[in-house]
Amino acid sequence: MSAREVYEMKGPAAVSGDWRRFLDLTRMLAITDFKLRFFGSILGYLWTLMRPLMLFGVLYVVFSQVVRLGDQVPFYPVVLLSAMILYFYFSEATTKAVTCVVQSENLVRKIQFPRLAIPLASVGAVSLQFALNLLVLLAFLALSGVKLHSSIVQLPLILVALLALTAGTSMLLSAVYVVARDVAPIWEVVIQTLFYATPILYPVELLSRESESLARVAMANPLAVIVQQMRHAVIDPTAPSAAQAIGGWGWMLVPAAITVALLIAGYVVFDRMAPRIAEEL
Amino acid sequence: MSAESAVSAVSAVSPDPPAVAVESLSKGFRLPHEQVNTLKERAMHPFQRRSFEHLHALRDVSFDVREGEFFGVVGRNGSGKSTLLKCLAGIYRADRGRIHLRGRMAPFIELGVGFNPELPARDNVFINAIMLGLTPAQARERFDAIIAYAELEGFIDLRLKNYSSGMQVRLAFAVMVQVDADILLIDEVLAVGDAAFQQKCYETLEERRRAGKTILFVTHDMNTVEQVCDRAMLLDEGRMVDLSEPRSIARQYNALNFGRAAEEVRSEGGRTGDGAAAILDAWFEDSGGRRVPVLEQGARASFCLEVELREPASEPGFGFLLVDEQHRRIFAVSTAWSDTPTGEFAAGDRVRVRVDFDNTLAPARYFASPMVSHHGVGSDLMDSRDELVSVVVHGGRKDAGLVSLPHEISLERTGAAAAVE
Repeated sequence: MSAREVYEMKGPAAVSGDWRRFLDLTRMLAITDFKLRFFGSILGYLWTLMRPLMLFGVLYVVFSQVVRLGDQVPFYPVVLLSAMILYFYFSEATTKAVTCVVQSENLVRKIQFPRLAIPLASVGAVSLQFALNLLVLLAFLALSGVKLHSSIVQLPLILVALLALTAGTSMLLSAVYVVARDVAPIWEVVIQTLFYATPILYPVELLSRESESLARVAMANPLAVIVQQMRHAVIDPTAPSAAQAIGGWGWMLVPAAITVALLIAGYVVFDRMAPRIAEEL
Repeated sequence: MSAESAVSAVSAVSPDPPAVAVESLSKGFRLPHEQVNTLKERAMHPFQRRSFEHLHALRDVSFDVREGEFFGVVGRNGSGKSTLLKCLAGIYRADRGRIHLRGRMAPFIELGVGFNPELPARDNVFINAIMLGLTPAQARERFDAIIAYAELEGFIDLRLKNYSSGMQVRLAFAVMVQVDADILLIDEVLAVGDAAFQQKCYETLEERRRAGKTILFVTHDMNTVEQVCDRAMLLDEGRMVDLSEPRSIARQYNALNFGRAAEEVRSEGGRTGDGAAAILDAWFEDSGGRRVPVLEQGARASFCLEVELREPASEPGFGFLLVDEQHRRIFAVSTAWSDTPTGEFAAGDRVRVRVDFDNTLAPARYFASPMVSHHGVGSDLMDSRDELVSVVVHGGRKDAGLVSLPHEISLERTGAAAAVE
């Protein structure tokens, strides 16, 4: 009993120093969340894949058969699918993250634990689903005759950038939503806009041809960089890389800075909010 | 008094720093008059001063809990008990004051938080154990012990929604036992579950305590406080009213709780009778003749009644009926039944009747209905007022049931087994 040390109880925090517990909790919450979504239905995962695939089907028919936008893009179907899977990951993870802290009200008000585990677990659960989607994408790539390029080694880096962008945005949104509930509808609009602002349906070359600066603005969006680099590195090395599309490596600092800023702001805002979450709910 | 001796015994053997030391803890909540939590409203009225009501949930509370103590926290609803526990657990951050702990504090104030009805018990045990602070490896290791303690071996793969509430509490309690914090916070949880399991819970807690664990316990049940706690603390409106041995706290709690309520409960009283007399007032008095809403068990007490006769009457009957909160008839008395002569009355005469009795009522709330009847068997009513006045009986009792009969217990050995040695 002499091992018991006197210490001060300071109250709730985002992480609270015990990293081991933080990671255990985050992983457990993420896996539980993932399990609950697909529990009791064998086709559960397939159903979640249906939505993007259906939309993909419709868009594919429209943009390759009707509008003929796809004619200028080699491997248009997989380019479209790849971009959509990346976009849907970001969209779903952040939308779910907005309300996640408020929805875990029961836990937050009754148990002391590192609060940051909630938004990160929410992102984690969607990431597990995303991992399965990536496998589906790889199967499509193989089927449509895309060759393996050495630049595929960039894939982990692309995924890390996507994860950083998603986690930062999610932390920020979940913390702000606690005190400002209209974040939810606002974010819905932003996400919708992002779908068209990101070169998903159309290739970025289309913008570059129109105006150099238009492409630059579009590529300032970190999600656009991720989508474009995925296309360049994994599917079609002849397509412009993100750096080429934005007009040089120097400009790449802009989306990079946005991502880092979101990550830092997300953490700082959440950390400041963490002690008060249980009371504000 | 056994409770007092237990207190001094604890302090004699533990010179260590306290397990919980709270210094002038304060916690308030801002309650906005208008809930403004949309950006739109903030944008539209950026300079409008937002008004708040400050709710002081805890005001300058200080106390120590010694290691190995079973410590009760009592108070009425909204007195700050749960806020205190939440501050201790680290769920709320205190506004002012400090909390020093010695030993691992349980991070939760309720059992079974995070249980998911859709998942089987097996998954829920892991989730809950990790939420409460075990590592996944520890959770796996202790899984069997948890299930064995909860006596749910046959139901591991059953979804939790198919569990009865009693089974869920057993599972939750079993997880808590295995989480094994040094300081446990329990917010009114043991009221559920069957009697046998409740007994097991108390035994387990007692065992924990002997192993040097400290237990803080919130409850409304004064019997439990008196039975299990070493010391208790009474909170009211965020302030600590007293910290003392459990009997005294239980008495103060009852006085506080029912005393205030008793005044409110005084009803108009549904009237029956032909109006030949009017009951003006009725009340209880303690042994000192003071009009009180609360009576102490075991003491002498009186029921009083003031009546004005509206018509001349001969030998009217005066009495009252006492019922408990479930409206069960506990006691009734009338001069008409006891053949007590009451005499002749003219219209306008007033009379005060008092019934003195030894208060052997069990601690609870009672309602009295005074009655005035014409001469006869007492059923021909001039006036009666239904449950006109209430009284609360409190006291630390050592028996159970609707009344506390005056009694003596004796025993006599009527035989002995043959000595073995």
